Amino acid sequence: MTDITADAGGAPLEPGGPIGPLGPAGSSVAVMTPTTVAPRAVWRLLLRRPTFLIGAFIIVFWVVCAIFGHAIAPDDPLKQQLLSNNIAPSGAHWFGTDTLGRDVLSRVLVGARDILVVTPLATILGTVLGTALGLAMGYFGGVFDLIVGRFVEAVLALPAVIIAFLFIVALGPSKTTLIIVIGLIFTPLIARTVRAAVLTERNLDYLSSARLLGERPLRIMFREILPNVMPAILVEFTVRLGYAVFAVATLSFLGFGVQPPTPDWGSDIAADYSGLLAGYWWQVLFPALAIASLVTAVNLITDSIEQVLNS
Amino acid sequence: MSQTETDRPAAPGDGSSPALEVSHMDVSYKVRGQDRRALRDVTFSIGRGESYGLVGESGSGKSTVALALVRYLPRNGRVSAGTVRISGQDPLSMGRGPLRELRAKTVSMVYQEPGRALNPSIRVGRQIAEVFEVAGQSADDATASAQDMLRKVQISDPARVMQRYPHELSGGMAQRAVIAMALGVSPSLLILDEPTTALDATVEAEVLDLVAGLRQEFDTSVLFISHNLAVIAKMCDRVGVLYAGELVEEGPARQVFENPRHPYTVGLLRCIPRRGQRKDRDRLDTIPGFLPTPGHHLTGCIFAPRCALVQDRCRTEDPPFFDVSELRTSRCFFHEQAPELPRATPSSLAALATDGIGGPLVTVEKLSKTFAGGVQALAGVELAVHRGETLGLVGESGSGKTTLARVLLGLTAPDQGSVVTLDGQPLSPEARRRPREVLRALQIVFQNPDSALNRRHSIRSLISRPLVRLAGLSGTALRDRLAELIASVRLEDRHLALRPAQLSGGLKQRVAIARAFGPRPDVVVCDEPTSALDVSVQAAILNLLADLQQQEHATYLFISHDLGLVRYLSDRIVVLYLGRVMEVVPAEAVYAGPHHPYTEALFSAVPSLDGQRPDRIKLEGEIPSAADPPSGCVFHTRCPRKLSTGICESTEPPLLEGEPGHQIRCHIPLTELRTIQLSESAPSQGGTP
Repeated sequence: MTDITADAGGAPLEPGGPIGPLGPAGSSVAVMTPTTVAPRAVWRLLLRRPTFLIGAFIIVFWVVCAIFGHAIAPDDPLKQQLLSNNIAPSGAHWFGTDTLGRDVLSRVLVGARDILVVTPLATILGTVLGTALGLAMGYFGGVFDLIVGRFVEAVLALPAVIIAFLFIVALGPSKTTLIIVIGLIFTPLIARTVRAAVLTERNLDYLSSARLLGERPLRIMFREILPNVMPAILVEFTVRLGYAVFAVATLSFLGFGVQPPTPDWGSDIAADYSGLLAGYWWQVLFPALAIASLVTAVNLITDSIEQVLNS
Repeated sequence: MSQTETDRPAAPGDGSSPALEVSHMDVSYKVRGQDRRALRDVTFSIGRGESYGLVGESGSGKSTVALALVRYLPRNGRVSAGTVRISGQDPLSMGRGPLRELRAKTVSMVYQEPGRALNPSIRVGRQIAEVFEVAGQSADDATASAQDMLRKVQISDPARVMQRYPHELSGGMAQRAVIAMALGVSPSLLILDEPTTALDATVEAEVLDLVAGLRQEFDTSVLFISHNLAVIAKMCDRVGVLYAGELVEEGPARQVFENPRHPYTVGLLRCIPRRGQRKDRDRLDTIPGFLPTPGHHLTGCIFAPRCALVQDRCRTEDPPFFDVSELRTSRCFFHEQAPELPRATPSSLAALATDGIGGPLVTVEKLSKTFAGGVQALAGVELAVHRGETLGLVGESGSGKTTLARVLLGLTAPDQGSVVTLDGQPLSPEARRRPREVLRALQIVFQNPDSALNRRHSIRSLISRPLVRLAGLSGTALRDRLAELIASVRLEDRHLALRPAQLSGGLKQRVAIARAFGPRPDVVVCDEPTSALDVSVQAAILNLLADLQQQEHATYLFISHDLGLVRYLSDRIVVLYLGRVMEVVPAEAVYAGPHHPYTEALFSAVPSLDGQRPDRIKLEGEIPSAADPPSGCVFHTRCPRKLSTGICESTEPPLLEGEPGHQIRCHIPLTELRTIQLSESAPSQGGTP
């Protein structure tokens, strides 16, 4: 769970300073502005990167499992065979069986479903809320930024697990709760990134230009600024997606996510990790590898996107 | 027409090997696996003690020359052909050790941004002393040498300056410190790459004087790179004109600028407003077309696609260097006809008669703006912009000219008590509280189109939006007006679907101008509209602004640090210093004077193409901080004509109308100023082309 809070110690929030009091010295030097890459070019560059392709392949694999898991799985993931429990990986059960004699391979394949539903939805929720908040903080600045900024910092200072527990206790464990909780935990983090991106835009004259057209703040934020901070949001989204996989698995492991007997990587590890001492390593290893592969795949894609956007 | 190849004469009066010899140098950059040639067959030499200017627009490769000479090219760049000799040594074939030695002792470089040349976390003194330590001095000696050197670059309190960090120095001071470092080891070659481009006019003049003086003292050869022809004319013995990676003309600076013999040089010089030229009489000439894209060099003369003298031969055959006269060469088959290059833009301006200037349209009273931290950007500014006129606003950085523009537009709220009126109606300090009609009436063209145009929007939506918002157009009316606008700023239909990044700087500024003129404004504020552009592009934009003013009967507030431009375009000129109006002068009276001592110094600081001005009024020191302006007359700390009575230090003079339309803020009466200034400047006031 520490992953969510690990990067909370970024640059401190500063109230948006006024635009420099005096204009720049007249010179013939063009001011640098961030470059923009056409979306089509981004795709072309991405498809040339092996890291992106590997990441995409793994994710596509899990997505297929999530959708067609029951059809692919060799066994019914819920079928208990108490006589053949705790069997080590073999020809009949490639990944072995768990304490209740269920096929681990089948459970891993089918277990992709919930994490693949919850993770992106939670990240999208966090990104949408965080973007809106970050745009408002960056654009309005001043007192609004100061107050919301302190509030965001206060939230970030609390361990994410505590916040998650509070919500889960209040709302009761369910997939929806999981989505809301993780989305809300991500909101301030994303808001902070978006705010920083907006601040670099704020000094550009196109915003003055929009104000001189009498444009409303909402339009300025969403039609003028948002398209320009989209690359930063995209990178932040994929970074958060990686953390969200961990978060969902962690909360499930702690028993606050997907409830048994539904197959799920996190809760399966929780159910069987005591078996490790007895030497039943396969019950934990394979769901853990599944989580690791998903996180790695997301991070490979994140890195590729970041490099392409910055190149 | 004799043709010379290799052994062109080096600098006059020189016996030993020249300080720099570059012959047939090609440089290419590898971009996505392909070699793109940035320089082609560049040949020139600099004699000992000579000052050579390399002039060119952006993309001409002038900085690449500097980098290639000392092998500072980025990793994807390489010298693919030709040789370089610095004092007889070949930097291109050297090993690491000798190259390091060469860079440490023989060649020094000064770049445009002094702030980036100095390490921000090391004290200035330490950095300069390091240069001497590398040259073999002990730590104590090095510190002493550093102090000496700072004194030589006219820093008055070297011991204190040495204790400071780079950010604590002003731009001019920092550039002096960099020059001190560069000259510390008495290099035989000093490369200056746009050393004063980031500095203000009066500071630039001082730094240029300093460099000229030190060159004499140290007997250093100088390679001076600049886009500013006047600076090159002032600083250099000989000049090479670089176009698209090729040297197209070379010769003694005065001769090249007075009597250019390559069509590009001819065209370039015609783009610059000269003394006495006015927008209502003389249109600037322009160079049609665009710089060729790097790496796509076809056979024949590189300038052929843009040249009005082009013949079939130019497109098929590479022109060699022709000897135009002794010491002068031009890479043009028709260099004899070059001075008669036909104009790209007609000079006649029959249609451009002025409509006459009306009453005050925008007035500003008791306008002050104090920013957080007590920085007073504007202090009690009073002025009126008359209907139909162009009011030029001149000032150095910190003078408050941009703040004034932002206050007029409602982007920055002025202090309480300030009054801004449009057509007699007081305006709200904030744009969002101004009615649509007022927003329509006041428009702005920003300095940098990259910043002013949303890079995610198409040109079509960028130009249409003001029409929708402020002119209330839609449907056919919108389409018609859009077509009319792009025609009048000379854009094409195919540009409409593009994003700003796909256009060149000049085209982008045209989009910004179309945006500003779309809703048929009454007043257009032009905030340094051409300072991010090249000279040849600038001329076209200035012509466009003059045409549009005529067509649309617009009033301009034209802000610039470039006095030449302001004089060319304005009907009246306002000179700002530390947020105060020092002088308001009708354009016709600009040359006659008399002027406020600051205006006088500012005008004389600007180098002119017509040659040197030995009688420059020198200003002491730096522009004071606006957070702590001097008492009395704010200019007294630098004023060369300060009165001995002490009144300048104690009392701020009022802005008085000494003669009709001419206001001056000075304790010295106008008649007395006239007497002093006429007697001093009489000898140099003649000789205007």
